[in-house]
Amino acid sequence: MNTISNVSRRAFLRGVFSAGALVLGVSLAPETLLAEADNRSKGDPRGAVFQPNVFVAIEPDGTVRIVAHRSEMGTGIRTSLPLVLADELDADWDRVKIDQAIGDPRYGSQDTDGSRSIRGFFDTMRECGATARIMLLTAAARQWNVPQSECEARLHTIVHLPTGRKLGYGELATAASSLPVPPRSDLRFKPSAKWRYIGKWIPGYDLRDICEGKPVFGMDARVDGMLYASVEHPPVLGGRVKSVDDKAALSVPGVRKTVAIAPFTPPCGFQPLGGIAVVADNTWAAFQGRQKLNIEWDNGPNESYDSEKYKQELRATSRQPGKVMRSAGDVDAVFAKGGRIVEAEYYVPLLAHASMEPPVAVADFRGDRVTVWTPTQDPQAVQETIAGLMGINPENVTCHVTLLGGAFGRKSKPDYAVEAAMLSKAVGRPVKVVWSREDDIRFDYYNSVAAMYLKAALDGKGRPIAWLQRSTFPPISSLFEIDAVYGGPGHLGQGWTDIPFDIANLRVENGAARAHIRIGWLRSVANIYHAFAVQSFADELAHASGRDPLEYVLDLIGPPRIVNLEGVRYPNYGASYQQYPIDTGRLRRVLEIAAEKSGWARRKNGGGTGWGLAVHRSFVTYVATVVQVEVDDKGQIRIPRVDTAVDAGTVVDPQFVKAQFEGAAVFGTAVARTGEISVSKGAVEQANFFDYPLPRIAEAPYQTNVYIVESEAPPGGVGEPGVPPFVPALCNAVYAATGIRVRDLPLAKVNLASRKAA
Amino acid sequence: MIRLKVNGSEKAFDGDPQMPLLWYLRDELGLYGAKYGCGVGLCGACTVHIGGRATRSCITTMSAASGAEVTTIEGISQKGLHPVQKSWIRLNVPQCGYCQAGQIMQAIALLDSNRRPTDDDIDKAMAGNICRCGTYQRIRAAIKAAAEERA
Repeated sequence: MNTISNVSRRAFLRGVFSAGALVLGVSLAPETLLAEADNRSKGDPRGAVFQPNVFVAIEPDGTVRIVAHRSEMGTGIRTSLPLVLADELDADWDRVKIDQAIGDPRYGSQDTDGSRSIRGFFDTMRECGATARIMLLTAAARQWNVPQSECEARLHTIVHLPTGRKLGYGELATAASSLPVPPRSDLRFKPSAKWRYIGKWIPGYDLRDICEGKPVFGMDARVDGMLYASVEHPPVLGGRVKSVDDKAALSVPGVRKTVAIAPFTPPCGFQPLGGIAVVADNTWAAFQGRQKLNIEWDNGPNESYDSEKYKQELRATSRQPGKVMRSAGDVDAVFAKGGRIVEAEYYVPLLAHASMEPPVAVADFRGDRVTVWTPTQDPQAVQETIAGLMGINPENVTCHVTLLGGAFGRKSKPDYAVEAAMLSKAVGRPVKVVWSREDDIRFDYYNSVAAMYLKAALDGKGRPIAWLQRSTFPPISSLFEIDAVYGGPGHLGQGWTDIPFDIANLRVENGAARAHIRIGWLRSVANIYHAFAVQSFADELAHASGRDPLEYVLDLIGPPRIVNLEGVRYPNYGASYQQYPIDTGRLRRVLEIAAEKSGWARRKNGGGTGWGLAVHRSFVTYVATVVQVEVDDKGQIRIPRVDTAVDAGTVVDPQFVKAQFEGAAVFGTAVARTGEISVSKGAVEQANFFDYPLPRIAEAPYQTNVYIVESEAPPGGVGEPGVPPFVPALCNAVYAATGIRVRDLPLAKVNLASRKAA
Repeated sequence: MIRLKVNGSEKAFDGDPQMPLLWYLRDELGLYGAKYGCGVGLCGACTVHIGGRATRSCITTMSAASGAEVTTIEGISQKGLHPVQKSWIRLNVPQCGYCQAGQIMQAIALLDSNRRPTDDDIDKAMAGNICRCGTYQRIRAAIKAAAEERA
């Protein structure tokens, strides 16, 4: 349970806020830690250097300052979480200032991933806002010597209703700061009808600055006296420098020196890859110097990794019995009886994040302390990883979080920030490490390659009476355990063990695969390949049975119910299953809405035009997508329209939510059309946007309509859930348009010009 | 010595004439609006205006920029919000925002040469600007809205 404390008088706040400010902190970590921090700062002769775990402060001038402790990478979270607090406080949003938090364990986890920031902190923000509001009410009632029940908060002022007297929040801040925090039982929350900001469009805090080219991304961080560095990494994971000749590099004007970064000790985790850094006076000189390095590599055992061969291995594994993760009825007995059996295999390659801002970090290492400025999703991981690898205390690592120029999961891993810290230590100056686009594409933590095998036995109406699905992929846990070959329950719980279909005989399996490259989280993660397989297979079965895919998928989902996952290890994205169960009623509803809004019933397939649908729950949010596609005689595809229905429970800012689903359609287009990282002799073959192309304006869906289901259910995720259903919906549309079934992504490798009559 | 004008003020540069303008703007002048995205002119994040034309600063060398009149997003903003910036704000175009300075510079150049661009015109003019967040639909709408406002 969170504890809200009045920390207005804490020593460590001096100099952070004005004297007399009301400051409330929420201890997401134990209160004892806060006390320790307080004592430490008192004993620190240089004064307080760290930020407390503050969520809200009301300054005597009326400015309300709210800490954003999650990272802003384009989802709007830096606006929407403070907005929840401001709403409950009834603050004037124009008088709210947002302070971006540095990394600090006292915030609890700051790892901005898993589409869980609103889900995790919606209630906390409301409690904090309500607490501050009550304290202001109490302060006003005392000042006027009237009962508190006669007072009301109204947009940054407390009003005494019988007399109409008013006091601004700023005028009350100092008096309120000496009051005790009211017990949770005294908190009264606004009814949703009185929400001032939640559910309305409030422009992003940084919107205008972005349009003026002003905000500071990691790429724009600058410290006086800093040098610039670019790192030549071993082309193969685990490779080492055998010999290096840096004479030519050092002769490039502006190049100062080269620095070796030691290879990592397996498992690789978040450690730098090693290699040779070129340190220079500007980015260009560092890039130029790097090209002149002459390095001989010892590539190590991963040199034999070839993605085409690996694909065949994954497929072979998926055809063999695997580890059973969920089982109901007796699938084997039904298959043994024969009858109508359908099998299919699906494949999704490695995918790169390719955020527009490549990894970048500035670090200043002095004595036993390091200060870092970097676009990170997880500043605490920056602290811990640097501290662990450099033998310093995590508290001596200060991590400032800049805006993130896209992230999609890549920037949860702080390897690049560690490089900056190591290089700063080596050269005795602040250093900015800039990854080139080529570095970004070649040295990513890729979304796992996966091979899926599915098999169903159908009854006379084409409905499955038995369903077997087996998925094989190198797991993310291979980053941390060398021998990890099976997916963990969280990874497998992404669209695999949680299959919501109403089938009596069902078995879900996982095959073993060893990683030879860094595998990591990418927007939607395993849901990408699992939803592709399940929703493509459902479409195949519908067509095989001569049934309408909409009616067929609704039949597969079955009647509205809570899916019983007893006996299945299912973490449910870290949410309680009681609070966030798999509700097939909600799943059906989004599918019905998307179909209806798209005009599904009136669709005309064939002749190069096709409609496809898919529905998927991920990150505790329900999404259905209908994609319309046009395939021309050359096999080029155009996506004129996408209709997506979303049930994410309570929605804070519908504009941000819509934008996330519009963006997910483009992200999904990238996955489906061209998303493929291939590997030869252990090294990634792609390098830049010419061989890892992303959709451009004409290739992206022309119009994506997003329908948000009104709901008072607790909030779900919105950043990731749009991608998984989009990819199979597009491929199902391609089938409807051309009669060509795409089972191996990406589409770019499939000749769609050989159109069949659908 | 290379001389050029950046956002109206005279500059002189005596470093590597092969250095791209982008790194001069960013590392030397501290103008961070134009962004590094690919370094090879494929993504448009680095777009600035040279003599009013949208130009990829990451592949424009300093020697090629000699004598040029360069305008960056900062130069646009210093005259108050441009109609394109206004419609970008009104239609809530950006997500992460990293590519948006480039998108806006490209869109301004488009509207300067074509007052009422069609969908095809927009597709052609904006084809060199990648947005990984996928804000294209709003970019298109914002260009049309800005065109209408100016008409």
